[in-house]
Amino acid sequence: MIVNQLSAFVENKAGRLAEIAETLAANNVDLSAVSLADSADYGVIRMLVNDPEKAAKVLKESGVICKITKVLAVAMEDAPGGFARVLHLLKNQSHEIKYMYACISRHEGKALMVFSVEDVEAAEALIAGTSAGDVHPADIYRI
Amino acid sequence: MAMLQEREETLSREELEKLQSERLVWQVKRMYERVECFRNRMDEAGLTPDDIHGIEDLSKLPFSYKKDLRDYYPYGLFAEPLKNIRRIHASSGTTGKRIVVGYTDNDLAIWADCFARMLTAIGATDEDIVQVSYGYGLFTGGLGAHDGAGRIGATVVPMSSGNTPLQIQNMVDFGSTVLCCTPSYALYIGEEIERAGLKDQLKLKAGIFGAEPWTEEMRHEIEAKLGIKAYDIYGLSEILGPGVGCECEYQEGMHIWEDHFIPEIIDPDTCEVLPKGATGELVLTTITKEGFPTIRYRTRDICSLDYTPCKCGRTHVRMKKPTGRSDDMLIIRGVNVFPSQVEEVLLSIGGGEITPNYFITVDRVDNNDTFDLDVEMSEAFFSDDVKSIATIEKQIAEKLRSALGLGVKVHLVNPKTIARSEGKAKRVLDKRKLS
Repeated sequence: MIVNQLSAFVENKAGRLAEIAETLAANNVDLSAVSLADSADYGVIRMLVNDPEKAAKVLKESGVICKITKVLAVAMEDAPGGFARVLHLLKNQSHEIKYMYACISRHEGKALMVFSVEDVEAAEALIAGTSAGDVHPADIYRI
Repeated sequence: MAMLQEREETLSREELEKLQSERLVWQVKRMYERVECFRNRMDEAGLTPDDIHGIEDLSKLPFSYKKDLRDYYPYGLFAEPLKNIRRIHASSGTTGKRIVVGYTDNDLAIWADCFARMLTAIGATDEDIVQVSYGYGLFTGGLGAHDGAGRIGATVVPMSSGNTPLQIQNMVDFGSTVLCCTPSYALYIGEEIERAGLKDQLKLKAGIFGAEPWTEEMRHEIEAKLGIKAYDIYGLSEILGPGVGCECEYQEGMHIWEDHFIPEIIDPDTCEVLPKGATGELVLTTITKEGFPTIRYRTRDICSLDYTPCKCGRTHVRMKKPTGRSDDMLIIRGVNVFPSQVEEVLLSIGGGEITPNYFITVDRVDNNDTFDLDVEMSEAFFSDDVKSIATIEKQIAEKLRSALGLGVKVHLVNPKTIARSEGKAKRVLDKRKLS
């Protein structure tokens, strides 16, 4: 499933990440997945949240630069080989993974992973027909 | 100590002023005939060369500015046809466009004299080995010191800057006795020599250091580390290069060679000439220069002039080490940087992706100038992909490097965290303690 990911710029200063978390908490934003990419000088936090539009709005109001981008959520089998099978599918169609991280899973036997690829629609079409494509909005957004 | 040109260096005040008057009248006349910018300013002020009878009329003359060099780039301010210009030098200007100056054979000879007067004053002779570790090339430091050392018949080791291990090896192997470079580089060399334990093998006795601001503490540190006397030199390409002002053996201010330059101190706000001894902006007039002469050039350096007699016997006025600038120019690792250059580079990137809000922090760590630049992150520039942010960050650093000729450490900060203030924003923090 294609999902809306919220990413935000984290300045390299003490307390910046905590400020972002506090803003989200104060606005009742529920997180399903979080990943922090860091460079020497700054970080980029990526999140799956229950209401990305609202979360983006409150972060922007607090002066944080953020963006909503489309990523792919994939439900892989929570068993040896589950991860490899999904990667094999993507690799065969030449999808390069820019980054990935794990999301909490609410289904026994399934591991939810988030992938960023260049052509998210094509990758989604590829995954949708397989068991790994069995992801529902409620798994992520808790509607 | 000996003097290179004893007669010129010891002219009485009266003789000096008479000479300056004659030369000023000559310079104003030929510049009026040859330099359009100067003629226009004279016309605007309602002046003709006939109104200038001597140095008593100097303050009537219009000022000239660094901006003129940009407006008339490259040759518009030259007072000699190019066939008489033997050499070009250039340095960074306010907008990334360099400023260009030209020298006739006679100008180069005078420049060599000016530098050589200093070498002689500090005890150097044709027995000495002068290692020139200023950058060679368009920068005036390298060739200025080179020709000065040649003028006294010394042996020149034309090292240029960089490659410190080789600098030190040559210093030991060739027995260099005089070192010419920037003070921060001298200190760096001194530290490396200390680390290598080679101080005992040096024959070095003196150093001539300039092109960037330095403190008395730095002088003492250089002197201790290299076991030498460290002398200060003042100069700027627009006037000559190193050698406009030179310390003598007494190190009590830099003698401005008044047979070639007339200094004035003005209030940078009112532009009024200040009385002798007052602190203000140094204004210089070149009275013998042929290729690129300047009348009342606003150096923007803040200092004072001391007309009392010097123990060395030279009669030429001494300028105190400049304590600051009347504009916002920074001198970082010997390179002139204007904050406006940074702004232009930021504006030139990615069609408005970067806001031109920046903050410059200059510091000196281990005797090397550091140059840090905070740039605000913007929505257009932000990406969930760290690599694409890094690409733009790198682009900023590279563009700055090529525009300024200086490495910059770029830091991305949150938007609106750089203070905006009414009117002139404070965009620079210089943490170096230089005065």
